[in-house]
Amino acid sequence: MKLVAAVIKPSRLEEVRQALNALDVHGMTVTEVKGYGRQKGHAEIYRGTEYAVHFLPKLKLEIAVEDTLADAVGTAIRESAQTGRIGDGKIFVFDLEHVTRIRTGETGAAAL
Amino acid sequence: MIRKSIFSVPGVAAVAVLASFYSALPAFAQAAAPAPTAPTFNSGDTAWMMTSMALVLMMTIPGLALFYAGMVRKKNMLATVMQSFAITCVVTVLWYAIGYSIAFTNDNPASPGVFLGSFAHFLLSGIGPNSINPLAGTIPEYVFSAFQMTFAIITPALICGAFAERMKFSALLIFMTLWLLLVYSPIAHWVWGGGFLGSWGVLDFAGGTVVHINAGVAGLVCALVLGKRRGFGTKNMAPYNLVYSVIGASLLWVGWFGFNAGSAGAANGLAGVAMMNTQVATAAAGLSWMFAEWLVVKKPSVLGIISGAVAGLVAVTPASGFVSPTGAFVIGIVAGVLCYYAAAHLKKLLGYDDSLDAFGVHGVGGIIGALLTGVFADPTINGKAGAMFGNAGQVLIQVEGIAVTIIWTAVLSWLILMVTKALVGLRPSEQEEEEGLDISQHGESVAE
Repeated sequence: MKLVAAVIKPSRLEEVRQALNALDVHGMTVTEVKGYGRQKGHAEIYRGTEYAVHFLPKLKLEIAVEDTLADAVGTAIRESAQTGRIGDGKIFVFDLEHVTRIRTGETGAAAL
Repeated sequence: MIRKSIFSVPGVAAVAVLASFYSALPAFAQAAAPAPTAPTFNSGDTAWMMTSMALVLMMTIPGLALFYAGMVRKKNMLATVMQSFAITCVVTVLWYAIGYSIAFTNDNPASPGVFLGSFAHFLLSGIGPNSINPLAGTIPEYVFSAFQMTFAIITPALICGAFAERMKFSALLIFMTLWLLLVYSPIAHWVWGGGFLGSWGVLDFAGGTVVHINAGVAGLVCALVLGKRRGFGTKNMAPYNLVYSVIGASLLWVGWFGFNAGSAGAANGLAGVAMMNTQVATAAAGLSWMFAEWLVVKKPSVLGIISGAVAGLVAVTPASGFVSPTGAFVIGIVAGVLCYYAAAHLKKLLGYDDSLDAFGVHGVGGIIGALLTGVFADPTINGKAGAMFGNAGQVLIQVEGIAVTIIWTAVLSWLILMVTKALVGLRPSEQEEEEGLDISQHGESVAE
């Protein structure tokens, strides 16, 4: 199993959700996060005083899938989250050791 | 677990003292009650002045409270609205107790006090439903006193913008109490209550000098004495939620019709002129600040247009009952540009931390308005001519009024700050300021 973690622009969430839905991937965890990469931050000016905002708001998605689906999920996120402008985010894929569904006690792929 | 009894023995004793105090009052009041006379009130004037009182009260709470709260960091939002609300309560009590008496009443109308009014109306004694103050002859004195009370409330509340995010609440209460009695009430008397600035011929229709220059300069003194916020110039001090500031500025704008048109003291043609002038100057100043900022930093900001509108409201205040709408339009344009310069550039140049620009907007805007009233006063509006209408001397009289106000408020504000500092200190500890005034002063916080 793999854990796909993606940091995306907040405005692309619905597109990503639809793309994953089309792959029959039902379930993700979304966290509001702040960070920066190549985009750096931006400047805000209030009555002539300039503040550099280094951390920009992003969403972090976590999706656990079977190994066979991992590439397709990565591609779907890349295509649906892409705007082509700086700040589109990144996708990280991790090996996933163990999963348990709390309600039933199922483990492994059955718990996904 | 942390429950403690708040009903202590001293508390019971205090109630007993209050009760005996209250029972002594009726005799006092009856002794001084005026001879019953048939009221000659004008119901239209009275209705408008009661409405104006409510409008001006709305300027402070929630108007100014929200305007300021939106501009501070999240950890100081509650403390900021608390300042306006607490000042509303404190000044109401002070005004009822003695403020109105020393600002607006005279023992002997034939020779009114030059520096201070009478002490005779302590606790509003001697005033009844049929009383009239000669300064507003067609409305009940209670209504006039309550209307003036709302001006006394907003003036100290305006000062809070200068020391936002860094004054102890206990220090604020002491400072504001002394300031209301030693600075606001005398100056209100000098200009409006029969004192010497009025008799010199200083034109101040609704409070450019008494309210705005006064509060703005006191704010500057506070900013200088308290020093900068910790982290000023290095930490991000961006406003947390400017939507609150937009709501606050809009309430200020609407409430200002009570302030300016209400200062006619009646529902008449002069109130109508003041209303139109207020609307025109505010819009002009909102635009001129916005365009000035657009030219300089390439973006027309929300904070810019609302700050400009407030600057326009301030600047037209002394002029609103003396100039034509075109005069008001020019005053608005000038105020928007110059107050932008003061807030965005002059402040950096001089290096003080006037957190929310109480001086940059109210001090500078008030001075612009007071001077330009002396320029644009149109004799066809209210019988007073300014420099544009052949009376250049009026500008000089305005300068004298401005100078006296600045000197009095600067010196007294500094002295009051020193007394307050000696009593309780002015600033919270470094850790308390870092943690935020909401938690450190009030034990509360705004939810995420």
